[in-house]
Parts: sequence; structure tokens; C-alpha cells
Amino acid sequence: MTQSELPVLTKKDFESDQDVRWCPGCGDYSILAQTQKTMPDFGVPKEKIVFISGIGCSGRLPYYMNTFGFHTIHGRAATIATGLKGARPDLMVWVITGDGDALSIGGNHLIHAMRRNVDMKMIMFNNRIYGLTKGQASPTSPIGKKTKSTPMGTIETPIIPLNLVAAAEASFIARSVDTHSEHLQEMMHRAGEHTGAAFLEVLQNCNIFNDGAWRDFTDKSVKEDRMLVLKHGEPMIFGAEKNKGIRLNGLQPEVVTIGENGVSVADLWVHDETDPDASRTQILSRMWWPDFPVPVGVFRRVPRPTHDQLLVEQVESAKAARAAKGPVDLQKLLAAGETWTVS
Amino acid sequence: MTSPKSGTSSTENVTQLDRVTIRFAGDSGDGMQLTGSQFTATTALFGNDVSTLPDFPAEIRAPAGSLPGVSGFQISFSSGDIHTPGDRPDVLVAMNPAALKVNLGDLVPGGGIIVNTDAFNDINLRKAGYVADPLHDGSLKGYNLFEIPMSTLVARACDGLGLSSKQVELTKNFFALGVMFWLYERSMAATEKWIAEKFAGKDAIAEANKRALNAGYAFGETTEIFHTHYRVPAAKLKPGTYRNITGNEATALGFVTAAKLAERDLFLASYPITPASDILHQLSGYKHLGIKTVQSEDEIAAIGAAVGAAYGGAMGMTTTSGPGMALKAEMLGLAVMVELPLVVVDVQRAGPSTGMPTKTEQGDLLMSMFGRNSDSPIPVIAPATPVECFTMAIEAWRIALKHMTPVVYLSDAFLATGAEPWKIPQISEMPSIAVKNAPESQGGFRPYQRDPETLARPWAVPGTKGLEHRIGGLEKLDELGTVSYDPDNHHRMMLLRAEKVARVARDIPKTEVWGDPTGDLLILGWGSTYGSIRSAVERLRERGKRVSHAHLRYLNPLPDDLGEILRGFQRVLLPELNLGQLRMLLRAKYLVDIVGFNLVRGKPFQIGEIEAKAESLLGESVEVGR
Repeated sequence: MTQSELPVLTKKDFESDQDVRWCPGCGDYSILAQTQKTMPDFGVPKEKIVFISGIGCSGRLPYYMNTFGFHTIHGRAATIATGLKGARPDLMVWVITGDGDALSIGGNHLIHAMRRNVDMKMIMFNNRIYGLTKGQASPTSPIGKKTKSTPMGTIETPIIPLNLVAAAEASFIARSVDTHSEHLQEMMHRAGEHTGAAFLEVLQNCNIFNDGAWRDFTDKSVKEDRMLVLKHGEPMIFGAEKNKGIRLNGLQPEVVTIGENGVSVADLWVHDETDPDASRTQILSRMWWPDFPVPVGVFRRVPRPTHDQLLVEQVESAKAARAAKGPVDLQKLLAAGETWTVS
Repeated sequence: MTSPKSGTSSTENVTQLDRVTIRFAGDSGDGMQLTGSQFTATTALFGNDVSTLPDFPAEIRAPAGSLPGVSGFQISFSSGDIHTPGDRPDVLVAMNPAALKVNLGDLVPGGGIIVNTDAFNDINLRKAGYVADPLHDGSLKGYNLFEIPMSTLVARACDGLGLSSKQVELTKNFFALGVMFWLYERSMAATEKWIAEKFAGKDAIAEANKRALNAGYAFGETTEIFHTHYRVPAAKLKPGTYRNITGNEATALGFVTAAKLAERDLFLASYPITPASDILHQLSGYKHLGIKTVQSEDEIAAIGAAVGAAYGGAMGMTTTSGPGMALKAEMLGLAVMVELPLVVVDVQRAGPSTGMPTKTEQGDLLMSMFGRNSDSPIPVIAPATPVECFTMAIEAWRIALKHMTPVVYLSDAFLATGAEPWKIPQISEMPSIAVKNAPESQGGFRPYQRDPETLARPWAVPGTKGLEHRIGGLEKLDELGTVSYDPDNHHRMMLLRAEKVARVARDIPKTEVWGDPTGDLLILGWGSTYGSIRSAVERLRERGKRVSHAHLRYLNPLPDDLGEILRGFQRVLLPELNLGQLRMLLRAKYLVDIVGFNLVRGKPFQIGEIEAKAESLLGESVEVGR
């Protein structure tokens, strides 16, 4: 089928007949809406799109998508996506996960899916809490966070998800916020366009068990001053007045004010999504409110052969090498090595 | 086991034997596995029936000269049909004092011992715990001892090659092999060819090994320490073309063949684990056949990728051993729930926990049956011999595809590494096991609408127009497959999943009873105990005992005819290399008072052990009656 023959799909085509069952006011509704809105962008027929999820509130999302969907087990969605994409490179594979699912029980799989560059788009809903199990600390809960399982506060340092996936050589890294719907939609689009392992962290609000976890900097009234919207090829400028910026002093980022102390736009760190050195991605990923504005946008986007491409390449090159020696005969393979005949 | 047949010929000094069992033993760095497999290959080519038992430590190189570092390889070969690698060796090749100490107790009284005297120095004797040199203290009086200074002789043979003394010393296993080739009238050609291929481009090394082999052979021929050599004539195997094969090799080839017969892509994801890794290695070498393999980050990821591949319409599978099987439990449960075809190979090893990784056991049956949350039934099958690993691997896929279910294939370390001659089957004569994907739909597709005969659900692979649907680990609404918490629906679905697996029993062969269909004693077995049981039953029947043998390949569901077979015998004996797992299942299901015989020493049963147990039961049964 050529592009022109493809039926034009709309958000409606991607809505399943199932009632959505997240708590009223949950940030997941917005993520679902942006996901459904973005899907027509890619020109992929819906039967060729698969949503795979683990366990947690996020894990429900595939039920609401009118595509193929597989709600698997806790932490393991990436493994299933690896097998599916390996067996079926023709499919578009999305993985929906949460901070507990991806970073705690599924931490190992996350690392390996990224280093393998499995061609899947992983959306991680980060609400810094276990919501489905009714409010325990997650690997992204801030130290000291009091929850049902940590009544005196957590004593564990949180994981910085983007720092982790950068260390694991993820080829696409981005962050957005559930309520910043336009930006989120743009990030979903960018993730979908990427070939290779895409990791999109969505700062998502759990209004029941961890309400306002991100409010300090995501709230409309303060976000201009407290968040940094990354744009490829542009200097890192933020603030309601657009007068603040980030300067990189060696390995140390600094917040500077343009026009003060002789600082000009030319001194600012210019964002390069395609920077091959992930260590600068990691510096960016570690910038956090209140010391820094929290960056959102595409942190990193580098081309790298995907796992399924390499799998297929090896098979094809082995086939070609073998074909040069004559047709493959399985019967001969059974008789490999020394044989003898009894008559 | 050695039974001289025609005496010695005075001119040639040849003794004809029906069957010989040899054990090569040395340090794990001495190349005993290689020596054993070379002797096996040559012996199989010669036309004997062979059966082997490699026995090696889990450590790649335990401290040199130590007792835990001893590696052994036992081969039994015969002019007749044999089923086991032999209970006790007739000849022991011991490359150092530790090898002698560890293995001497197994040797038959009066058996032959060939030792490398150069290794019997003070240090090695002390490491092996010998106070006095056993070669000289008279403790080996009851055996036929042949003392050969192998290290000295290979050093002499390799003189002038410019190799270090360490490199030369490494060839002494080929010297020992040369001696054994002479002793049993084997040709050196196959091993010489192997050396040439293995050490291509390393001329000096190749030459050294070849010289060591020839020196050993010549030593046997020209010295007078062996008064005779031995002839084991070729066996009368069924006509056909044969090769030598291990269980793991047969398993891998079985899966390749299954993919051909199913006309689907094979996708293997595995995590390395002894003794299953060889299957991963072998299949990874078959990329030219379109086979995709992934070495996963852990056992869970391996089965996860297999489930993902199966969801995509490929033949997704994973291979592991006990500890890995334990990790896969949750994902197996998901495969039960989403009803996708999947094959999980468990090459069982001695447990629990890490246990004895290179030693055999049949300890994972109950885990395979029940080791998941809730009632989550899975077909379980088990090959009985290394050769049968081929057909049972195809069976695993036939059942998985036709019945849309995960299948557990239980091999074990003994089957995996043991070798025997394999009559190479004709693929063109094998039936197709292909199944169809669900076709495109205009709407109203029901992902859990079942085949009325098998209760299998449709295989609705992504990419098929109109089949967009959602599955997962949550309970399904009957037929529609949407999430359901309805109590009656859950009950119905539990019964349906159980019934689907139970119906596999309609689709498996009848149980073969070898011997008579009724009698005083049935010896029942499963898996790798086949050879020992069959040999024991053969011997018992030769003595006129009313004993039969039945061997189960299908453990879940059990064959429909089994209850009746069990009731046809006064007593039923079930030897297992576990503490009675199948026995527990059968007693529960059939209410038959099966007697267990359970040894868990990491080794296969000896024929004599089963024979003795059967004799004692037969003695009892006269008194007990019925």
C-alpha cells in the first residue's frame, strides 16, 4: 500500500470501546488523549501498531487504544517488546510503563532495551509513587518522602530516570509534563518518529496518592521561570522575561542572567540533541529545581542501528554466505559431521 | 560387563568382547572430555552401539591435581544394542593420582587401570590425599595395572617441534587416546582429521597432537605391557545412515526441524546456564536458516522475548535449567493466560538452588507442573534418550501450535551431554505441524473463541487487518477476551484452560508396554532413566521374571491408557532421580500404591541398582500377593 492509499485516520480511530477507568483528575487521561491524537501522525495502519504495558496504573493504557495491545506483567513489557520487534520488524511498538514498573521491578530490562536500541517507544509515566497498590514509595520518590510503606520517610536516594537511560546509551531521550498537552503531544510525535529505543519521561500527577508532586515547577504560574524548554540548536534560555539562561562552565552548568555581569546569549549552552557524547545529556538530566530550571524537551536523539535491524542483517548475511555454497538443505544439516551407513 | 566370547587367538592376541565400558579421568585441564568424545566418535563410526556419560566439575579449572578438579568421561560400546553408558567401567584411564582416587571405587574387580606415572609425584599424591604411592604399595593388587610415563613419552615424541614443555604436556591426552585406539582396534583416521581441522594454521600444535596420538598407538603395539588387545565387533543396528549425537544437539536439531515442518520462523531467547547453553550456542549458529537468537539479560527477559515473538506469530522459545525455570514462572503464567504457543526447555540439573550444576537430576517435574500462581496447567513432555530429544522437540512444538499453549520440555544433564548413535531421519517423511493464523476480519473478531475440538483460541497476530484487540494477564471474558471480574466467568475460564490442556491427551500416542501387558512387576519411568530401566528389565526377563517396562514421554496430560496399564500388574516400581515426584502425581490420580525408588546422587541409575530393587520387590510380592 502506498502512502496515498492509506486511509486518513483520526484520534477517534484510535479510541477503543472500553470505558477508561483511571481516577477522575488523573494525569493519565491527558497522556492517553495525546497518545490517541498523535497516532495518526505516523501513517501507520492501526493493525500494525502494538501497545505493550507492564503493571501499574499506566499498564491500563493499551486497553483504551484501538490497536493491538498487550497488558503484560510487572516490569517485563520491554522484554516482550524486544521479542515482538525482533520477530516482527514491520510493526510499530510502543511500551507504556511507570516509575515503579520501569525503574524498580523492570530496571534491568530498561537498561538492556536501551543499550540494544530496541526500536520501541517507551513512555514512562513518572508520578513518584505506587498508585495502583495505593501509595507506597517508588524509586523516584524524593528522599524523606512519607508514604504508607515509609512512615518515617524514605531513606533511599531517588533514581534520575533520564540520567539512567543516558548511561544505558538510549538513542532518544525526552521529557514532558502531563498537563502541558501541546508539548507532550509534540514529544510523543518526536518519539514516534525516532528509529530506535525512544524513552519519554512524562511527569504525571497522581492526584490521589501524591498530588502536586511536580507542581512546584510545572504549575502554569511558575513554569516559565522554573522549567527550561529545550530546543535543538538554540541557546538554553528560560524565564518569563526570557532573560535567564544556562551556561556550561566545564562540566558545571550555571544559571546566568543575560545582560548581567557581561553575560550575553553567545555565552549560553546551545542545545544539541545530536551530541554524540551522552555525558552532556547526563549533565542536563541532573539539572533540577530549585537549583536549576527543570529541562523538558528532546534531550538526545542520535542515529544508531536498531536491534531488529542488526538481527535481520545477521540472518541475511548468514543466508547470503550460505547461498554461495549452494542451497540450504536441512536434511544435510541433520547429517553434519561424521556419518556411517549400516546396510 | 566384560564377557570374553571366543578366547584369545594365540597368533594375534586378540580377545573378543561383547561390550566394554571405559572411563577416561584426569584433571579438568587434561582434556578428558575431548579424549572421550574423540573415542566415542571413532567408536560410533566403527559401528558399535555406544552410550556415553560425561562427568565434569562445574568449575572450569578447579585447582590442578585436586579431587574436586577431576573430570571424567565414560563410554560404553557394544556389538549389541545397549541403553546405558554402563554401570561400572572395565578400564580406567587415570591421568593423575586424584583421578585414580575418585574413580577407583567404580571400577569392576580385576579391571584395567592405565596411569600416567609421570603425574604420580609427591605433590600430586599429597593433593589427592594419598599417604603412600598406590602404584607401589600393593593397594591395586586386585586390578590389572598398566604404568606408562606418558609425559616423558610425549616429550620425546615432540622433540624438535620448538614447543614449550607446557604445550607438549597438553598433548598427553592424545597419547592416552592412541593407546586406547590400539587396545580396542580403532582407527586413528577420524581423530587425525579432527586434529588437522582444529589446529589448522597452527602446524606445530597439530603435529604435536598427531605425534602424541601415534606415539600412544605405537606404544601399545610395540611394548609388551599389554598382553592382548580387544575386539568389540560392530553392532547390528537397523539399516540406515547414522551419526553420533548428544541430547542437546538432538534437541537443537529437533527445533530447527520443527520450524521447517511448521513453516514458521524460530525465535530463541535464552540466558546462559549449564547444562542448557549448548542449545543456545547451536541454534545461534543456524542464522542461515533464518533462526533468530537473542542472549537475554536474564531468565525472565528470555522468556519475555519468547512470549513477545510468539505474540508476533513466530515460534518463540527459551532454554534453561532449574534455577532459570524458577525465574520464568510468572511469565509462563502469562503465557497460560494469553494462550500463546511457546516452548520452554528445562535441561534439569541437580538442585535445589545452584545445587550441582553439571550433574543430572529429575527434580523439576513438580515445578513444571505446578510452579506458578493459581491453577495454571501446561503440557509437560520429556524425551527418554539423547536420540529421542529430536522427535520430542518436534512434539513440543506440535502440541504448542495445535493447542495454543506453552509446553515444558524436560530434558536433563545426562540426556543433554550423553551421546549415542542416531539413525538420521528423513525430513520429507515427517508430517506437517503447520497451523494457520487467524484471517483478516471485517469486525466482530473474538480473540478467545475456541476451536470446538481442541479448545485452542485463534492466533491473532499483529499486522492482521480487523483483528485489533487487547490481551493480557487479567482474566478474560469468555470468547470476547476483554477484562472480566465476573465470578462465574472466572470459574468457567479456569475450567476451560484446564480442559484445553487435558484434551491434549486425545492427541498423543498410546503408552507402549515392553514385555507383557500384565505381570508381577511393571517398572515405570520417565526421562533419562529409560536406558537403565530397559536394561534391568531385559536382564530380569532373561531370568524368567514377569517384569515389564513402560516409559512415559507425556507427563501432562498423562496418557488415557495409563490407569489400566498400572492395574495390570501386581506391583509397580517407579525409579526417579528425585524424591518421588511422578510417584506422587500418579498415586494421587490413579490411587495405585506405586513403589518409589529414588536416588539423588547427581548420577544416572545403574542397571544393577534397579535390578536389585526389582528383585527385592518380586521377593516380597510372593508373600504380599494381592
